[in-house]
Amino acid sequence: MTAPISLKGSPLHPRAAIDTRASLLLQDPRTKARNATEKRFRAYGLSAIVVALLALVWLLVSIFGNGLPAFRQTFMTIPVTLDAALLDKGGKRDPADLSKATTVAYGKLLAASLGAEITAKGIDLGGMDAKALAKMISEESPATLRNRVLADPSLIGTTINFTLLASGRIDGYYKGRVSMESAALDKNTSPEQLAMADKLKAAGVLSTSFNTGFMTMPDASDKRPEAAGLGVAIVGSLYMMFVVLALALPIGVATSVYLEEFAPKNNFTDLIEVNIANLAAVPSIVYGILGLSIFINFAGLPQSAPIVGGLVLTLMTLPRIIIPTRAALKAVPPSIRDAALGIGASRLQTITHHVLPLAMPGILTGTIIGLAQALGETAPLLLIGMVAFVRDFPGAPPEGLFDPASALPVQIYNWTQRGDPGFVERASGAIIVLLVFLIAMNAVAIYFRRKFERRW
Amino acid sequence: MSLIKLIPSALAILAASTVIASARDQLQIAGSSTVLPYATIVAEAFGENGEFKTPVVEGGGSGAGRKKLCEGVGESTIDIANSSSRISQSDIDLCKTNGVTDIMEVRIGYDGIVFASDINGPDFVLTPVDVFNAIGGTVAKDGALVANTAKTWADANAALPAQDILTFIPGTKHGTREVFDTKVLLEGCKTNGAYDLFLAASTAAEEADKKKDAEKQCFTTRSDGTAVDIDGDYTETLSRIAANKNAVGVFGLSFYENNTDKLKVATVNGIVPSVETISKGEYPVSRPLYFYVKKAHIGVIPGLKEYIAFFVSDDMAGPGGALADYGLVPDPELAATQAAVEAETVMGPLQ
Repeated sequence: MTAPISLKGSPLHPRAAIDTRASLLLQDPRTKARNATEKRFRAYGLSAIVVALLALVWLLVSIFGNGLPAFRQTFMTIPVTLDAALLDKGGKRDPADLSKATTVAYGKLLAASLGAEITAKGIDLGGMDAKALAKMISEESPATLRNRVLADPSLIGTTINFTLLASGRIDGYYKGRVSMESAALDKNTSPEQLAMADKLKAAGVLSTSFNTGFMTMPDASDKRPEAAGLGVAIVGSLYMMFVVLALALPIGVATSVYLEEFAPKNNFTDLIEVNIANLAAVPSIVYGILGLSIFINFAGLPQSAPIVGGLVLTLMTLPRIIIPTRAALKAVPPSIRDAALGIGASRLQTITHHVLPLAMPGILTGTIIGLAQALGETAPLLLIGMVAFVRDFPGAPPEGLFDPASALPVQIYNWTQRGDPGFVERASGAIIVLLVFLIAMNAVAIYFRRKFERRW
Repeated sequence: MSLIKLIPSALAILAASTVIASARDQLQIAGSSTVLPYATIVAEAFGENGEFKTPVVEGGGSGAGRKKLCEGVGESTIDIANSSSRISQSDIDLCKTNGVTDIMEVRIGYDGIVFASDINGPDFVLTPVDVFNAIGGTVAKDGALVANTAKTWADANAALPAQDILTFIPGTKHGTREVFDTKVLLEGCKTNGAYDLFLAASTAAEEADKKKDAEKQCFTTRSDGTAVDIDGDYTETLSRIAANKNAVGVFGLSFYENNTDKLKVATVNGIVPSVETISKGEYPVSRPLYFYVKKAHIGVIPGLKEYIAFFVSDDMAGPGGALADYGLVPDPELAATQAAVEAETVMGPLQ
């Protein structure tokens, strides 16, 4: 038998507790050490939060700093005389004749009108020729005017007040992106043009106001960043979310109800359960590859279409809906099922009348968060041709689901790759729009959870 | 509903959707991200002036675009592949096995590749051999091959500023890198004398293999952080230069021309890169840009031939056209291309 280890002198010794100097106010070294550890741990936690908050603030400041200018745009309003000799050579207002006047002709007309307006306001043209004037106008505006005339040929021969987009560089001048010094080095603009813009602003022709076009207009090419908008991307994202909701919610809920309430517990259902949990963690690009081979190569669905994007995102969202739905069903106390069965309800009645309504807040929350994740997804769309330049709006559903469209995160990705510096602000602006959508969806999810939450 | 009933109805829905899908009236284009801005400019103008819808243009890279083109014939495959390098025999073979036999090759113009640095930095007057001396992995010094130890540009050429060497060059997946390799590094390697030494040192048996070996050695850049591969696009190179003011980056001419307020361009062999100097053949670093058209889709997909003709028209690809305005170097033989497009000439075997 070994001798017991001596505890004398250590605080663990039973006698150590009966220290005559012991007091609540005087801490012994051991307590001090424990308290110090706790203080350190709290400091670590706090600094972790501070670091996270700083990162968030940095992100938001940089996004909002870069992106908020995208919501304002510089416009010029000038009277334009739609000369019949220029725009309708046939003189019969025949649509085929009218469409022969291209945007080039309309561009020249706008530049001439701007020159006339400058002279009319008593501003010296200062040797600016038609080409320099045309550079002040967005290349989008001739197309806008042309479409307006084609839609209403009776405008020809009259003078209309036309609001046109200023070029990206002039717009950038009023947003601090372009300066007189940088303009001198820039082949797309000149200090004279900026000085003229200042004079036009003083004369009330040019102004900067809220940019509704950013939300409604389609994407534009590298030559006209001032005209690029999120219209097609928002419609495409909406269509995809519609497809995801219409497919993922019923399939997800039916799967969960069956697995949770009806399926026997055996190895096979265990395997399914493990697979669902695994699928939720699969990188989203894998679903893109799957979607390409199934929906496009096998089923022959069109490329770049919201229906395919929606189907792919449905596959991705399903496990993310099934897991919280099963958790919500599990959380309904068995006593409720027992009570329903006890008064003679069938199992289906038990589920549809009692279990599902009680689980609904959890199901809705899971669905909305799954949708929000799908909304921000780019990688799977890359492979099905949705990361593309799409300018025409898709038609009304259901046919429109098969027309090419873009999506919000895709539009951000596209804009960050453009060469013109004007697209930096557009990309950040699009991030703000996407963030607002995501925050709105998450807020709805929280609202539902709070409103219908039950405790047993 | 029983499972047996469910499966046919699901298939029926799929079939019905395929029927709706089979009326494609919009062109599908994919490929090179260098050609992408030009293609979007043309697509936009084509859509707003013509009776056809605006084509859908995708990026993704030249190789990926050509592979997509070669996936087969039919509405679910693309019509045009944009490419910043010439189609390869393996692509043509792939096309053939998938039933894509008739491909039209359209050369739209030339793209200049420029060296540019921060606007406030010193001027760079480069030659290919300077660049090779600065970032080549192994260089010839006094008739012997030695590892490159040049620290500043002045070490590479005493006439250059004594600024630390830091270059951002396109990554190997870019078509631009190929041009950079052959037009800059290889040229510099030959002038430097390293090429001949590599050739002599090669252990390959065949003469052609020896040349290949030597070229490969010439293309090897320093791995000590002075030559950084950029796998992203030019916007990444630009932001890296904004962060490292003493770096020199490789850009496309059009990208530089849209960012002249932030970048200062370097001359190569004393020539300032511009649309004019490249089209005259004075500026040495340029390459042709192409797109490839699936001829079987002409007449099936509405607007395909009109789009090609519009792309190579004088208003677009010609001198002073919308694309030249953006930085594309017009092809002096554009008239021949226009005639070939009109005649729907299919490309012959590669030489």
